[in-house]
Amino acid sequence: MPSVQLDGEPVPADGALPRESLGSFGARPFGFYVHVPYCASRCGYCDFNTYTATELGGGASQAGYAQHAIAEIRQARKVLGESYVPVETVFFGGGTPTLLPAKDLVAMLKAIKGEFGLSADVEVTTEANPESVDEKYLVELAEGGFNRISFGMQSTRPHVLELLERRHTPGRPEQCVRWAYDAGFEQVNLDLIYGTPGETEDDWRASLEAVISAYPDHVSAYSLIVEDGTRLASRIRRGELPMIDEDVHADRYLMTDQLLGEAGYRWYEVSNWAVSEDAHCRHNMLYWTGADWWGVGPGAHSHIGGTRWWNVKHPTAYAQRIEAGHSPGLAREVLTAEDRRIERILLELRIAEGLELGVLSEKGRSAAELALQEKLLEPLPFADGHAVLTLRGRLLADAIVRDLTD
Amino acid sequence: MPALPTDIPLPSKTDPALIRNFCIIAHIDHGKSTLADRMLQLTGVVDERQMRAQYLDRMDIERERGITIKSQAVRLPWRVDGTTHVLNMIDTPGHVDFTYEVSRSLAACEGAILLVDAAQGIEAQTLANLYMALENDLTVIPVLNKIDLPAAQPEKYSEELAKLIGCEPDEVLKVSGKTGAGVPELLDHVVRTLPKPIGDPAGKSRAMIFDSVYDSYRGVVTYVRVVDGYLSKRERILMMSTGATHELLEIGVISPEPKPADGLGPGEVGYLITGVKDVRQSKVGDTITAQNKGATEALAGYKDPKPMVFSGIYPIDGSDYPLLRDALDKLQLNDAALVYEPETSAALGFGFRVGFLGLLHLEIIRERLEREFNLDLIATAPNVVYRVIMENGEEHTVTNPSEFPSDGKIAEVYEPTVRATVLAPSEYIGAIMELCQGRRGSLLGMDYLSEDRVELRYTLPLGEIIFDFFDQLKSKTRGYASLDYDVDGEQVADLVKVDILLHHEKVDAFSAIVHKDRAYNYGVKMAERLKDLIPRQQFEVPIQAAIGARVIARESVRAMRKDVLAKCYGGDISRKRKLLEKQKEGKKRMKMVGRVEVPQEAFIAALSSDSDGPSDAKKK
Repeated sequence: MPSVQLDGEPVPADGALPRESLGSFGARPFGFYVHVPYCASRCGYCDFNTYTATELGGGASQAGYAQHAIAEIRQARKVLGESYVPVETVFFGGGTPTLLPAKDLVAMLKAIKGEFGLSADVEVTTEANPESVDEKYLVELAEGGFNRISFGMQSTRPHVLELLERRHTPGRPEQCVRWAYDAGFEQVNLDLIYGTPGETEDDWRASLEAVISAYPDHVSAYSLIVEDGTRLASRIRRGELPMIDEDVHADRYLMTDQLLGEAGYRWYEVSNWAVSEDAHCRHNMLYWTGADWWGVGPGAHSHIGGTRWWNVKHPTAYAQRIEAGHSPGLAREVLTAEDRRIERILLELRIAEGLELGVLSEKGRSAAELALQEKLLEPLPFADGHAVLTLRGRLLADAIVRDLTD
Repeated sequence: MPALPTDIPLPSKTDPALIRNFCIIAHIDHGKSTLADRMLQLTGVVDERQMRAQYLDRMDIERERGITIKSQAVRLPWRVDGTTHVLNMIDTPGHVDFTYEVSRSLAACEGAILLVDAAQGIEAQTLANLYMALENDLTVIPVLNKIDLPAAQPEKYSEELAKLIGCEPDEVLKVSGKTGAGVPELLDHVVRTLPKPIGDPAGKSRAMIFDSVYDSYRGVVTYVRVVDGYLSKRERILMMSTGATHELLEIGVISPEPKPADGLGPGEVGYLITGVKDVRQSKVGDTITAQNKGATEALAGYKDPKPMVFSGIYPIDGSDYPLLRDALDKLQLNDAALVYEPETSAALGFGFRVGFLGLLHLEIIRERLEREFNLDLIATAPNVVYRVIMENGEEHTVTNPSEFPSDGKIAEVYEPTVRATVLAPSEYIGAIMELCQGRRGSLLGMDYLSEDRVELRYTLPLGEIIFDFFDQLKSKTRGYASLDYDVDGEQVADLVKVDILLHHEKVDAFSAIVHKDRAYNYGVKMAERLKDLIPRQQFEVPIQAAIGARVIARESVRAMRKDVLAKCYGGDISRKRKLLEKQKEGKKRMKMVGRVEVPQEAFIAALSSDSDGPSDAKKK
């Protein structure tokens, strides 16, 4: 994402929410995101809030991390009050959550269950790096209550993995898919990245075919974004690698949708495909439908009833706040009605369910009609009062959002 | 510092026989202001402590560019043979755009110092002003300046000057404005050789306005040369061209700061203040007389300034439009030649079509608008005025290319022409001729000034020299050529309007009137340029250049195929909303041409990479 400075008002030391946000808690599905800010090494394209052992000094060790996260989960209970709102989804992301011992992940999940309770059909996901898990680890997680796993595969081609500075060997992610199903996971995702400098059309086709033959029930495919400040960005700036060509990205996306479509996957969000509705990632759907979630860990973002806040980024600063019994929240914004309308447009337009046309202003509505004429929106849902992107529309989603938010 | 003489004659009580009025004709960097500085010091009117370089050049912009826009008149006492004389030094503007102002300054004098750089020789503009001085029957004193320079060639250039004005080489004075060498002798020479002013002290008062300057404290300060009779303070005066009358609030001389006096007598030069706020009420060339029992016949030579070059000037931020209007109003107070009227461009919004005397004038005004009024501006490519005769006999005056009739029923188009003089070393004759012919010039004549310096005279269309002609001339002659031109009538020409269309919509700011043979080049160049400047849209955007309905060049901007960020998870939402707000701000600044969103920067880049623009006026 191009850099935009986030600023907001301060979060009170006890993390208390504005009354109007807290008042509607429970009216929407509720989930937990747990950020694990550690990686074995940093990938060349990554600008996430994550740290390697050498980047972190003392004071914020991996070993103590689960206890700090659990302390924040307890804070969440205090902030959100005693009402019974069982958790629908839990998602461990990073970083590399699987760098922690499986028992730590399970302990954090147990803390959530203990404080809030889990709904009967709870979805519990962790991200995993193919090289950081084995059969035993996966079994431990499954037995501990995890039922969905997402592997960062990125590509099947060695030269692409090398450029992305990913450490696993080709074939390992497919192996992981089998282990995960064998261990009892119900849902498995493979993450892919396309448009890496030097990746050919054939390279990308090979990656898609490898994914399809491993047959996870869910695939995410992202175009490579060159983030400022990454090694990848500086290599491109120095001319060592070619610039990313957006037209090539468009071609890759079309191929992705075509090959996955032929193999039985359907898009349900711009960058996500699944074999059935049950295979959708319910946690991500929370994000896209304005539901509530609590983000635990350094730099994690949360949303409850129209208040968004984000935690201090650095693990050391995070640990200090938690130990002092303070909210780790750095800043927050309380959304206005118009902010929430704009967010609905920019989020819901990205999903296959689409956006209710009633959300649009008069100007936005006529922009939508123009988009329909331009074949950027699907005609049938439109007739039913929904803006749903066509294939070409998905590639221009941000431009369409700019028009529809007028 | 020399002591001021004690017998200085007072204004209005000065015997015309003791007065010498002169100007200095010089090319821009030949040292006129430095020489004037020495004269101020030697005559004692400015002491060491007050002295600063280019003392007489008032505006910052003048001092920075080393050119003088507004002339000044300074009264200097100078003692010769035991009698203190009064010298009035009238500083003349040095650029081709201000020819008329130069001619009025010359008309206020009896003599001229022809000042030429001893290392460079005479330049075309100086030559033109010299001819003007000779036509006004001025006595010319040839002077070589900068004789202290190692590269000075006083013998060579003395001969050149002698040949030009018909004197002996040893009659050419040699000075250094920098060191002051030869300057006292020059002042003596002025007293001894220049004629005293001739006028009728008993006649009805007549004074010629040779300059008019707006001062924010005093209103308009008018510089005059009294020819006949006397002007006295608190008298009511009449401007003969307009018939307007004013009370004289103040009258005086400049020496070198304003010094009020009781009046001005025949032959004297000074200033007057009437309280008018706009220089157009006190026009250069006009004659002033007394309201009661004044003269009935004006002095000869008054002309209204006529704009020759037009450009659309627009604020980059549309909300600055009222500021731009106020700024132009203010500048007009001091510039009778500046004309403008509001115009609207689909591409650039609200602005003004502004008429200028020439390119230097354009550039100075634009720079002053930006500098003194803090405006960010965009200017369309300058154009000249065309006279279009339709088949039905109707006539249109076109100052904006987008208003050029395009329905094809045009009988004839007239364009203004100039008589141009080029001075250059003779080895560049071929290059100069090639350039002038390429600009549709026709050779009028050629003369050798000396063995290796030549003067070429051409008729050229004004429209052909307002772009990059001067730059080209300089680069083809390694900087040695100098140019002067004077507007000289009009001619029928085979001109067409080329329109630029974006997604089938005309972009008015890019319409241009060009010669038929050059239309294709212009069209191809603009289409190519815009192709690189216009961002991709959700649809393909054809760019066409057309004459009427006939397309002569085309390009296209391919449709944008991808505009979506792949990821949008919990932590991205706030940032994505902020990014959207930022993008929408950017979208607001876009100009819409039909459905095409064009960033203003693209228009600016397309217009300004016409590099050629007014830059030629800047050079010397």
